[in-house]
Amino acid sequence: MTIKLLVIGNGMVGHKLLEELAARQPPDLEITVLCEESRPAYDRVHLSEFFSGKRAEDLSLVAPGFFERPGLHLRLASRAAHIDRAQKRVTTADGEVIAYDKLVLATGSRPFVPPIPGNDRSACLVYRTIDDLDAMLHWSAGARTGVVVGGGLLGLECAKALRDLGLDTHVVEFAPRLMAVQVDDVGGRMLRRKIEELGVTVHTGKGTQEIVDGDGARHRMKFADGSHLDTDIIVFSAGIRPRDELARQCELGVGERGGIHVDHYCRTRDWDVYAIGECAYWGGKTYGLVAPGYEMARVVAAHLCALLERKQVQSLPEFSGADTSTKLKLMGVDVASLGDAHGTTPGSRSYQFSDERRQVYKKLVVSEDGKQLLGGVLIGDAAEYGTLLQMMLNGIELPDAPEFLILPPPDGKSRPSLGVDALPSSAQICSCNNVSKGELCDAVAVGAASIGELKTATKAGTACGGCVPLVTQIMKTQMKRQGLAVNNHLCEHFAYSRQELYHLVRVNRIKHFDDLLHRHGQGLGCDICKPAVASILASCWNEFVLQKEHASLQDSNDYFLANIQKDGTYSVVPRMAGGEVTPDGLIAVGQVAKKYGLYTKITGGQRVDMFGARLEQLPPIWEELIAAGFESGHAYGKSVRTVKSCVGSTWCRYGVQDSVGTAIDLENRYKGLRSPHKLKFAVSGCTRECAEAQSKDVGVIATEKGWNLYVCGNGGMKPRHAELLAGDLDTPTLISYIDRFLMFYIRTADRLQRTSTWRDNLEGGLDYLKDVIIHDKLKLAAELEADMQHIVDTYECEWKRAVGDPLTRRRFKHFVNSSQGDGNLAFVPERGQIRPATRKEKQIPLQLATE
Amino acid sequence: MDDIVTTSGMLAICDLDDIVPDTGVCALVNGDQVAVFRIGERELYAIDNVDPHAAASVLSRGLVGSLAGRVVVASPIYKQHFDLRTGECLEAPEHSVRAWAVRLEGNTVVLGRPER
Repeated sequence: MTIKLLVIGNGMVGHKLLEELAARQPPDLEITVLCEESRPAYDRVHLSEFFSGKRAEDLSLVAPGFFERPGLHLRLASRAAHIDRAQKRVTTADGEVIAYDKLVLATGSRPFVPPIPGNDRSACLVYRTIDDLDAMLHWSAGARTGVVVGGGLLGLECAKALRDLGLDTHVVEFAPRLMAVQVDDVGGRMLRRKIEELGVTVHTGKGTQEIVDGDGARHRMKFADGSHLDTDIIVFSAGIRPRDELARQCELGVGERGGIHVDHYCRTRDWDVYAIGECAYWGGKTYGLVAPGYEMARVVAAHLCALLERKQVQSLPEFSGADTSTKLKLMGVDVASLGDAHGTTPGSRSYQFSDERRQVYKKLVVSEDGKQLLGGVLIGDAAEYGTLLQMMLNGIELPDAPEFLILPPPDGKSRPSLGVDALPSSAQICSCNNVSKGELCDAVAVGAASIGELKTATKAGTACGGCVPLVTQIMKTQMKRQGLAVNNHLCEHFAYSRQELYHLVRVNRIKHFDDLLHRHGQGLGCDICKPAVASILASCWNEFVLQKEHASLQDSNDYFLANIQKDGTYSVVPRMAGGEVTPDGLIAVGQVAKKYGLYTKITGGQRVDMFGARLEQLPPIWEELIAAGFESGHAYGKSVRTVKSCVGSTWCRYGVQDSVGTAIDLENRYKGLRSPHKLKFAVSGCTRECAEAQSKDVGVIATEKGWNLYVCGNGGMKPRHAELLAGDLDTPTLISYIDRFLMFYIRTADRLQRTSTWRDNLEGGLDYLKDVIIHDKLKLAAELEADMQHIVDTYECEWKRAVGDPLTRRRFKHFVNSSQGDGNLAFVPERGQIRPATRKEKQIPLQLATE
Repeated sequence: MDDIVTTSGMLAICDLDDIVPDTGVCALVNGDQVAVFRIGERELYAIDNVDPHAAASVLSRGLVGSLAGRVVVASPIYKQHFDLRTGECLEAPEHSVRAWAVRLEGNTVVLGRPER
């Protein structure tokens, strides 16, 4: 007999239940899902990334094809309005009646909006759904100031969103400190100072009494202490309340402060109705975190499957509460709270460390006998979070002097950390997806050999990502134990990764491939390592790529400084920095193309490409282009290609900065820079983003105050939106950040790895990148900038050098023993230009347009 | 230039110095295009210049190197590797090319006939 399961809610937890059920593949189950929103489950934890480059689709949690499986029916934009428990049916707001055998309420929460007069004015918003984000986006147009009411975890996330929207951002908190639940007074003060340094104004101890018309802004918030604040947008983020109205209506029993009463199996008092996630009330509280919700989903999935299979099960998983420790990055500030952060356990003692210069605060709460860790707070630096959490959860006995766990290590030595070996196999490493150390080791044992594979195999680290460092550590230890090594060797000739080779070249000041091969490699080299090393040498020392020692390393494109086409002819692209070209320049290009019979096309990078040039034509073509003032466009190299731009404030009604001028400056600064793969830039003159900068490796978008810098975007095969690295930069800072970013990428990327893939594989992600580029965590910034300056200072146009050098020029002949051209080439006319003849056309001697 | 046939009956192509070490050049031999490679100082190889995959005359412009002990050139178009000793295409043997006899006479590179 088929069991009809109805799930109300397709949020993160509701969807986790569907995934868990799908994985178990129980027989005879027909699932209907009611989803109030117009889109299925998405990642609410990373909602604020919507404003730093992610699209709604990027946040989706639904695997492709998931809802196409048989026996699963999703109703979007369909709200449950009434539950009839006696008849076992649910009526939707549209009047549809759906019968069920088992019902799961996964209705989540709604944002709490304090009952302040005026809270229903326009541009008074909340922050929970993608529709809410769209509303924020809508109202932010033309707005200058934004206020978040609520200085908790979500409120600060929301403040980040407002700041990313370019608003002058304020946080108004009723309590005397930020994140009152998670951190103590000292930690709250430290957090406040850090967040204010990021340009967000914090008001604590402020009760809002009324919202009225503002003076020069849309609203005025009037506070209990008589002060006021004018703002265009208000977002309420003052906590959440369980969505338990359906349960109230059908008398299921709710908690004092809301939430549906459930037992250890997440059953309500009606055993055919379950409740999971934020709407469930268990053990006297509700949980507003995703990890406990996921745990509940697993419990219910196991319970339902046991019922369906009618099997005697030894022990069904039960929900037994959840640890609410959290670690997160709020606007780049590390914040972590563990267990009993406030030290409320009787007899507990605490250790505290604060460093006001570096703005770091750490606190440990330990048991009376000093043996057990009960809780802690980390602000400004949460590197110890993983270790401390495992010590606390696994009851690992503390060392004699626990203070050393949070004190900075003396004389730079690294602190003895908790080796992952100390953890029991049962230790839960990923709390979001309940993955234990044992499961991770098992996955490595059956072949997972990279963090990406491990994530796919176990799902560890795929929700909040907080455990990724620990997961990586476990993976490495386990691989070592199995005698495995992560092989990222470049090729059979070098047992090194590209990054390691770069380091060898730099440290040993190696200038030539032969020297590197002799000292660190074997064999003759190949078409993998030669161009990769040529690129490293060029990035480090910037010698002419066609000089004697380097010439034989270059791919055909670099060897002839042009792009080889399918028929063996080449295309020629002169640089037009920023896409700017004079009429005389265009005429000169046109004359060259006409004279040599080249096919011309405008490129995506805002310049002109001329196709069909024979090898021997390249030097005379470039002599003419150079005479007309052009330089090599480096379209042939793994190097900086173009800086695309919109017309900017010079001409455009909407532009706020001179995007063309900046694009030209950037292109001229970085032209010729060799890198692991090609690099594309763009500069937009305003937020309308006509230059499509967010699809580039380096994207710059003008703001009223300066420039927003986006990095690691990509179009092409696997599009990826660039992410905001830093906002409102002045031009010198913009350039120094780009210098650092590019050089850091060049130093650390793999061969042919675009910035987008590099970024996806970067341990620590965008935050780490910000630490290196902006906060100079590796103390590398000066070196990176100096390296870049060397490249800039030693730039020369490769084509100018090539046409003036008789030895180089001699190579531009098709035959070494004849001045004839390649007789194998043939073109046919098409739309007034040439194109290569097809094989068939070559066989039948058509009227060929050769020469 | 007039074809110069040496006393051994082979065709003189160019001076050794005309080929940059570890690169190739293309020679025209009675209408055939031959890619001639110089590995290191004095080692020479020759194969057909036309890449059968692309039907383009480009093999002399490929990168040379070694793969599992074989001396190879990678086509600049689609990157297949050809064994310089035999002309065999490592990825698709049905698209192999001919190898040619080549050697150094004094300082002159001389070409013979295709070897099959």
